[in-house]
This record gives sequence, structure tokens and C-alpha cells, in this order.
Amino acid sequence: MSSLPITPVSELQLKNHASLRQSVRNSFTMAYRGLLKIRRTPEQLFDVTFQPIIFTLMFTYIFGGAISGNVHSYLPLIIPGILVQTVITTSIVTGVQLREDMDKGVFDRFKSLPIARIAPLAGALLADTVRYTVATVLTFVMGYIMGYRPHGGFGDVVIAGVLVIACSWAVSWIFAFFGVIARTASSVQGIAMLILFPLTFVSNAYVPVKTMPNWLQWVAKVNPISHLISAVRNLTNDGTIGGDFGISLIGAAIIVAIFAPLTVRAYMRRT
Amino acid sequence: MNSVHTREPATHSRDWAVEARGLVKTFGDNRAVDGVDLNVRAGTIYGVLGPNGAGKTTTIRMLATLLRPDAGSARIFGHDVVKESHIVRQLIGVTGQYASVDETLSAWENLIIFSRLLGLGRQEARRKASELLEEFGLAEAAKRPLKNFSGGMRRRLDLAASLIAQPPLIFLDEPTTGLDPRTRAQMWDTIRRLVQTGSTVLLTTQYLDEADQLADRIAVIDHGRVIAEGTVDELKASVGSSSLQLRIQNPGDIEVARQAVERVLKVQSIVSPEAGKITAPMTNADLVADLLITLREAGIRLTEMSVQKPTLDEVFLTITGHGVEEDASDEAKQEEAM
Repeated sequence: MSSLPITPVSELQLKNHASLRQSVRNSFTMAYRGLLKIRRTPEQLFDVTFQPIIFTLMFTYIFGGAISGNVHSYLPLIIPGILVQTVITTSIVTGVQLREDMDKGVFDRFKSLPIARIAPLAGALLADTVRYTVATVLTFVMGYIMGYRPHGGFGDVVIAGVLVIACSWAVSWIFAFFGVIARTASSVQGIAMLILFPLTFVSNAYVPVKTMPNWLQWVAKVNPISHLISAVRNLTNDGTIGGDFGISLIGAAIIVAIFAPLTVRAYMRRT
Repeated sequence: MNSVHTREPATHSRDWAVEARGLVKTFGDNRAVDGVDLNVRAGTIYGVLGPNGAGKTTTIRMLATLLRPDAGSARIFGHDVVKESHIVRQLIGVTGQYASVDETLSAWENLIIFSRLLGLGRQEARRKASELLEEFGLAEAAKRPLKNFSGGMRRRLDLAASLIAQPPLIFLDEPTTGLDPRTRAQMWDTIRRLVQTGSTVLLTTQYLDEADQLADRIAVIDHGRVIAEGTVDELKASVGSSSLQLRIQNPGDIEVARQAVERVLKVQSIVSPEAGKITAPMTNADLVADLLITLREAGIRLTEMSVQKPTLDEVFLTITGHGVEEDASDEAKQEEAM
């Protein structure tokens, strides 16, 4: 206050919209805030640390013998399945945390600042890609320890990982939407589990689809999760990029195109 | 290119920081704000005074673009809060009733993030953050997590965060509620200095005392309506300087005592029978002696007698004819034994 006097209002250059550049910059600042929060409360990363380890161990040893005859030959099937399931499930937390965050006073300040409306949402979602990365890396590391040697090689494994992270980021917009419209954080969790449980299990994640009854096969085949898992298997096991890769990306783009505007609108209406 | 707003040649918008007309906000069946008009001249401190639940916070939230009014309109320096909300946000700073800062981060990190969001560069943000932390006496606690901050420190950080962009209009929602007297005095100093730099301040308060200390003009608000507006002196004059409180020993005498009070002091009085208490505005202190003599001659014995400075209670009593319905204003009472 002792510093500069206030610039008279008549001399200010004022715009009624945030530019694209400002939106991107604001989003990155908000993502930086998300990272600071993770650093302050590392226990937030418990789920993405332990879920990949426990699920990979559990499912591989439980189903391995029954489905593929032995654990080792089950690994190329299960690791991509577990990877997609774990990372996609992690995106629920985005919605839950967003709900909790929005109930705090600091969101009032964000709303009163001349920043892009989308920034607090996009920033939170962007910061959460750190969580997906942790889950992705740990799943592959677990697989490696258990004897999984992807034929595709390191480069393709990285591409597969990035694909899964990108798709999870897209899916997290769905849960962000529920996070914004739901009244409590636990109801977000409930809704999300209801959606994701059938979606991840009625897929080719754990079992070959042809062992399912006909009607369920049909569901599993159109399930976008199956396409994502196939894309990951193609990459890691054969090093190929097929139609499933494209379908996954298009699916992700459609989800973002629908849910990002819906979420931002709901967020602004809530004010 | 057309996104750059060209200012209308309207001259009034420069003089008025806030112009609100018939603001209404309804939550369910509760008309929290029921047609509020406010005019705040640029460069002044304006106080909105009222009890809990009167609609003060809701009014501020509408003016600060945090809530959309159901009816009515408001302009900040001539810019509509609904249609030009992004412009309005560039002109205001908001300090809420509950500190709107990030609990999980440190004071330093909070200020850096808000500075960056407001478009300051990395270096600039750092300079601004340390400048503000110094200014608000938070430099030593800068890197500590906010969890260990006292209420006063949180408020100061909150206000510091509102000042990063040096906004010409600052909203302070009950800036001193829950603060100890020393911290409250510091906050008052800060607010006064703000106005010296050219800011306009709109603050809400439950304390007449606070409005008295700070505000150039006051609006009294109750049940979502402005029931009185004017300078502090005008308002006080309407309330009377002080009120007389009598506690009667024998509850049976209270009606006689009331008649005596009204006859001698020539004012309306308020009786609370269960407490055996009579309250009357004391417009002329000389008459009190006459009253005491009258009461003694009538054989009415008093257990207690006190004079109370005007409080929110009296403002309400005088203006609305009913008292403050919440006990929130009890803290504002300053009793002085006679």
C-alpha cells in the first residue's frame, strides 16, 4: 500500500474475455498449484502407488492359471488390462478432489479473479496426469518384475503409456462434471464406481471376450475400454499401431468435446 | 480487436464505484436480498451494517460477480456485473468472511499463485509476494503451512491476496469478525491506508462501532432491504446518543414505571417483562434526574440502572421498531455503568 497509488479506472485497458493465451497460462498456474498440493500432502498418492502393485499381483496370480494355463503367458494379456483399469479408475479421484476443493473458500477467490473460467478445472485435471503417470509406470514395473517382457520394446511401451494417460485425462472430465454437479464428494465416488465397474470389467481386460455369452460379447466389443486395451496390447506386444489406437483417441476427443463445456458451464452456474 | 472495451463517455461512471438498483436474490423461499439499492462514491469507505442473515454477504457476492442476481442490476465503475463480469473482476478485490486462501499451501505459495494468475511474471510475482508479506507482518511465517496460522494472520493474508492487482474497489466482508481487539485495530489501520492510495472500500460489519470508526457513509440492512442510509452522523442522530436501561426490583411495578419513563422522558420505551427491564432512548440526559425523582416518589425501587451507547440494537429499534433477532449483536454492546 505504501508502494504505488491505484491506477485510475479510466486509464485501465479492460477486456471482457480471457484470451486463449491467458486461458492456457492460467491453467498451467492452476496445475502448478495442484502439484504443490501433491507435494504438501504426498499421502494423496497412496492409491496410485499401491493399487497397481496389489491389483497386478492379485489378478495375475488368481486368473493366470485358469485363463492362460500359467502366469507367464497371462502377462501380455493382463498387464495392458490392469494398466487401463487402474489408471482409468484413478481418474475418479479427480472428480472427488475437485468437489472437496470447490467447497473450500479459496475457490471463491478463483471465481472473483479475472482469470479464464476453465482454468481451475483444467489445472486440476492437468496436475492429476502426475497421478496417472505414477500408476502407469508402477504397473509396467510390476509386470516387468513378474517376468513380462513386451515385444514392442521400450519406445512402444512409452507410447502406450502416454495413450492411456491421455485417455484417462479425457475420462477424468466425466468425473469432473459429476464433481461439479454433485453435492458431496462421496456421492461422486459412488456414481463413478457405478459407471466404471461395469465398463472396465465387461471388456477384454481380464478374459478373452469369446468366452462370454453372445450379448455380453457384443457389449464388450463396443466398449471403448476394450478398444483402448487392444490398442495398448498391439503396441506393447507387437509394436503396431492399429485401428484401436485411432478409435481410442477419437473416443477420448469426443468425451472431452462433450464434457469439458458441460463441466465449465455447470461450474459457472454453481456460482 | 473489438474485445478491447471502449469506454462510454458517461461521466457518472467515474464518480461511482458501485451503483446497485433493486438487487434481489432468493434461496428457496428465503428472499435473502430483497431489492437493495446502493451507491458508493469512488475513493470512500462505505459500510453495510446489519445483523447475521440480513443479506450483507449475499449482496457483496452479487456485486463481486460470485452470485448472479435474480433481479435488479449493479454496475462497478460503470460496468455491469453480469454482462461485463470479466471486466468487473479486473476492478475488484474480494476478502470474504472466511479466509479465501489455500489451506494446504504456505502464505508465500498462495501469494505467488494468485500473482501468477493475475498475469504477473515470475520475478514480479516474487517481488510482489515478499512486498505484501512484509507489509502485512507475515514475512516470518511466509513458508509455514496455513494450518498453523491464527485467525488474524489468515485475514491479513486474505487481504494481502486481494491487493495484489491493486484493485480500485475492495470488498471486505466482515473483516474483523472474530478478531481480538488489537488485531482489529491493525485491520482498521490497514483499511484506512488503503483508501489513502485511492482505493474504494465497501465493507460489511455487524458492529456500529466499526462502521463509526471507518465508514464515510453507511447503509443499514435488514431482511434483505436497506432500511436507512446516510453518513455516520446522520444515522447516529436518528438513533439518539445513548439509551437508558432500568431494572425494576418488583415486577409488578413495571407498567407504572414504564408510564413514568414515557411521561418524563417523552419517548417510547421498550419493556422486557421477564427481565424486569425498561429501555428508553436518552435524548436529553438532564431529564433522567427528573425521572429518578419521579420513580422514588412513586415508591418504585430500582435494582440496576445503566446507560448504553448506541448499538446496532438501537439503530434497529429506532429504524425498524423491532430489535435484532439474533444474539449476534450482543458482542457489540458496550455497557457503561453510571
